[in-house]
Amino acid sequence: MLVYTLKRLLAGVITVWFIATATFFAMHSVPGDPLMNDKAVTEEIRANLERKYGLDRPLHEQYFVFMGNMLKGDFGISFTQQNRQVNDIIRDHFPVSATLGVLAITFAALGGILWGALTAIYRNRLPDIIIMFLVILGISVPSFVFAALGQLALVNLNSLLGYSLLPVAGWGTIWHMLVPSLVLGLGTMALLTRLMRSSMLEVVNEDYIKTARAKGLSPMRIFFRHQLRNAILPVITVLGPQIAAITTGGFVVELVFAIPGLGRYFVQAVQQLDYTVIMGTTVFYGAFLVLMVILVDILYGFIDPRVRIES
Amino acid sequence: MRAFLAAGLLLLTLVCSAQDAVDFDSQSITIALAQEPPQLNSMKATDQVSVLVLGHVMEGLTRYDRRGNIIPGVAEKWELTDEVATFWLRKDALWSDGVPVTAHDFVFAWRNALDPKTASEYSFILYPIRNAEAINKGELPATELGVTAIDDHTLRVDLERPTGYFVKLTAFTTYYPVRQDFFETQGELYASEWDAMVYNGPFKITEWVHSASLRMMKNPAYWDKDKIILNVIDAEYITSDTRAKLNLFVDDKISYTVLDGETYKDALRQRLRIRSFTTGSVFYMSFNHREGRLTSNANLRKAIRSVFDPEEFVNKVLATPGNLPGRSTFPVWLKGVEGRFRDEYPPPVFDVDVNQGRRYLAKAREELGVDKIPSLVLLVGDSPTAAKQAEYMQGLLKSKLGLDIKIDTQTFKQRLAKMTSGDFDMVNAGWGPDFDDVMTFGDLFATWNLNNRGRYSNPEYDRQVRIAMNSSYPKTRMDAMGQLQRILLEDAGVLPQYEQGVIYLLHPKLRGVTRRVVGTDPDYTYARVIE
Repeated sequence: MLVYTLKRLLAGVITVWFIATATFFAMHSVPGDPLMNDKAVTEEIRANLERKYGLDRPLHEQYFVFMGNMLKGDFGISFTQQNRQVNDIIRDHFPVSATLGVLAITFAALGGILWGALTAIYRNRLPDIIIMFLVILGISVPSFVFAALGQLALVNLNSLLGYSLLPVAGWGTIWHMLVPSLVLGLGTMALLTRLMRSSMLEVVNEDYIKTARAKGLSPMRIFFRHQLRNAILPVITVLGPQIAAITTGGFVVELVFAIPGLGRYFVQAVQQLDYTVIMGTTVFYGAFLVLMVILVDILYGFIDPRVRIES
Repeated sequence: MRAFLAAGLLLLTLVCSAQDAVDFDSQSITIALAQEPPQLNSMKATDQVSVLVLGHVMEGLTRYDRRGNIIPGVAEKWELTDEVATFWLRKDALWSDGVPVTAHDFVFAWRNALDPKTASEYSFILYPIRNAEAINKGELPATELGVTAIDDHTLRVDLERPTGYFVKLTAFTTYYPVRQDFFETQGELYASEWDAMVYNGPFKITEWVHSASLRMMKNPAYWDKDKIILNVIDAEYITSDTRAKLNLFVDDKISYTVLDGETYKDALRQRLRIRSFTTGSVFYMSFNHREGRLTSNANLRKAIRSVFDPEEFVNKVLATPGNLPGRSTFPVWLKGVEGRFRDEYPPPVFDVDVNQGRRYLAKAREELGVDKIPSLVLLVGDSPTAAKQAEYMQGLLKSKLGLDIKIDTQTFKQRLAKMTSGDFDMVNAGWGPDFDDVMTFGDLFATWNLNNRGRYSNPEYDRQVRIAMNSSYPKTRMDAMGQLQRILLEDAGVLPQYEQGVIYLLHPKLRGVTRRVVGTDPDYTYARVIE
C-alpha cells in the first residue's frame, strides 16, 4: 500500500510539472501583451515594467526563474493587482471556492446517489422517466442559466414575502451559500444520477444479490450493504475529479452571486493575460486535481478490498 | 434530535443581516463595485473603480463641487501664472491618523509617480510640471522636478509651459498627496489592504475583504467633515454582472446600478425609473494611416464617412438612452472661451450622401490602382455590444459601397496589441477625458501621441496642437483647437460614432449623488439619505 501510494505521488509530481510547463509555454504563445493597457505608456516605463516582471529576459530563462520560484512556493506578484502576491490571492480566495465546492459536491453526491438508486429501483416507470428527464436537463443546461434563474427566483420569492428570506447575492453566512452551491452542484448531480443508475442496474442482477435474497436478508440490508456499496464505486471514481472541477468551475456562479472565490481570478487572469496569476492558479488547481485523483485511488482500497489485493 | 435542533438554532443565529440599500437613521448606503479595485496606490491607479474609491478617501489640492467647478481642497487658495503655480495649504488638513497634510506630501507623491521605477501609467498627466517628462524618461533625477515645498503649507510648482488648466489637474488621482514616512513603512504592499494606507479625504476605508466587500466610513479627521452627511458607503458586493446587480437593486440591497442593453429592457418592464447620463467619452472608428494601408487613402475614408449616419447608429445600433450622435472628437460638454466649445466652434457638417460616397470610392479606386477595393479588416473587442456595432458597419459598407469588411474580434489585451502594432484597417476605439480641458481630446491625434494608434499624422494638426499647448490665452488656444477639429474631420482622420451615455438606476431616497465626466463617478461625497 505504501509503495503504491508513493508511486502515485511521484506520478502526481511529474503530472504537475508537466501542467506547469505546458501552461507556461502556451500562455506565452498567446498573442497579446500583458503589460498593455488602455493608455499607452512611454518606452522607459514599459522597460521598467518588463524588468519588474522579468519579461525582459529570454523565454527559457524566464522559465527557469519561474520553476525555481515555484519550487520555493512563490508565484510572484499579480500583473493586474500590482501590490498583491499571487500566493495571497490563492490563500484568500481558495477557501471560499472550496467551501462553496464542498457544499455543492455534498449536495450533488447525496442527490446523485439517492436519485440514481431511485431510478434504478423504479426502472422504466414514471419516477424513473421524470428524474431522467430532469437529469438530461441538468446535464445540458449550462450553469449560468441556472445561476440567473436561481437568482431571479430569489428576488421574486423575497418580493413575494415582503422581506429578504435569502440573500440574492454576496458572501458571509450559510444563507449566502445555499442557492449558489445548489446551482453549482446541479450539473454534477445530474451526471452522478446517471452513473449511479446504470451502476445500480448492473448490480441488481448480480449473483450475490440473488444469494443474499435467497439467504433471506431484509431488502433494506440488501440495498445498503450489498447493492449500494457495490454500485457506488464508479461514483467515487468520478467524484475526485468532479470535486476539483466544481471548485474551479464556479466562475459564472461566483460572478452572478458576487462570491469572492478563486474561480473569478482563474478566468479573469486568462482574459487579462495576468501571467503570474494564470500560472499560480493553474498549478494550484492542477496539483489539487492530481491530489484528489490520488486520494480517490487510496479511498478505493478501503471501499473495495479487491483493489488492494490487485495492487 | 437534540443535535439537529442545536444545528438548526445555530443556523438561525447566522441568518444574514445584510443591510438595505439605504438607511436614513445611520445615513448609510450600500453599493456594488464592478470589480475589486486593482490599485489603490494613487500614484499608479488608472482604472475607474480605483479612481472611484480613491476619490472618496483622498483629496488633492483642489476638488470638484457638485456642479463640476473647481473648489479648494487641501489648498485654501492658489495663484497661477504662465510660469509658476503657488498653492497655500490649509493648516487643518489632516491625515486619518492625525498627522497634518503638508506640502512635502505632494512633492513626494509627484516625484514618486514620475520616477521611471514606479512605472506609473498615468505619469504623463504630471508633464506640465517642469522637468517632469525628462524625469519620467530617466534623463533627470526625480529631485529635479519643478515642485518645491517652500514651507509645510506653501507649495510652489514651476511649469514646463503655460498651462491654463493646471489647477484643474490637481484634482486628479495622480496628483493626490502620499505621506513618505507611512509609504516607506509599507513598501511594495502600500495600499494593498485597508490599513496599508492613510487617508486625507472625506471618507476612509475601514474594512476591505478582497473581491468581497469594501467599506468606507466618514473620516472624522477630514477638515470639511461638517459638509459630509453620509456615515457609511458600504460596497458589499463586487461583481460586473449587470443582471445580478439589477436583481440586487430590485431586492433593495444596493442603491445604484448601471444597466446595459439587456437589463435595460428588464428595468423598463419592471417600470423602474431609468436615468441617463452622458459620460463625456467619445467613441470613434480609427482608420489606420500607416503607409501601405488602404485606409491611408483619404478618398476611401471619405467614402465611408459619406454613408455613415451617426444619428441612425445611436438610435438603431446602440438603442439605449443617453448616447449622442458623434459629430466631432470633441464632446459637447467641453468648455470653450466663454460658453461651450462646440457652440463656439461648430464642427463641419457632412451630409449622408450615398452618391457622393460612391464618387469618393471611384476616386479612391483610381488612386489606389485597383478595380475593386480588397476586403478591409475591422478590429473590435469581444463584447456583445462591440459585435453588434461591427456587424452594423459591415452591413452598411457592403450595402452602400459594396465594400467587404472582415471583422476581427479580439480579447482586450490582444486587441490592444494589434492596435499598437497597426494590424488593422479600422478599429472601434474610444477616449475618455482625463481632465477638464479641451486639450485632453485635442492632442489625441498629434503625431507624437502614443494613444493615436491609427498613426494619423498631419503637420498642420500638430502645429495647431503646439500653438494651443504653448499659449495661456484662451482665445488663442480655442482658435487652435477649432482649427484642429476642422482639419481632422475634413481629413476624415477618424470617424466619430457617438458620445457615450450610461443608463442607471438610483434609489429614490438617495439624493445628492453627482455624476461627472472627469474624475470620480458616481460621486457620493455630498450625498444623503432622505426619510
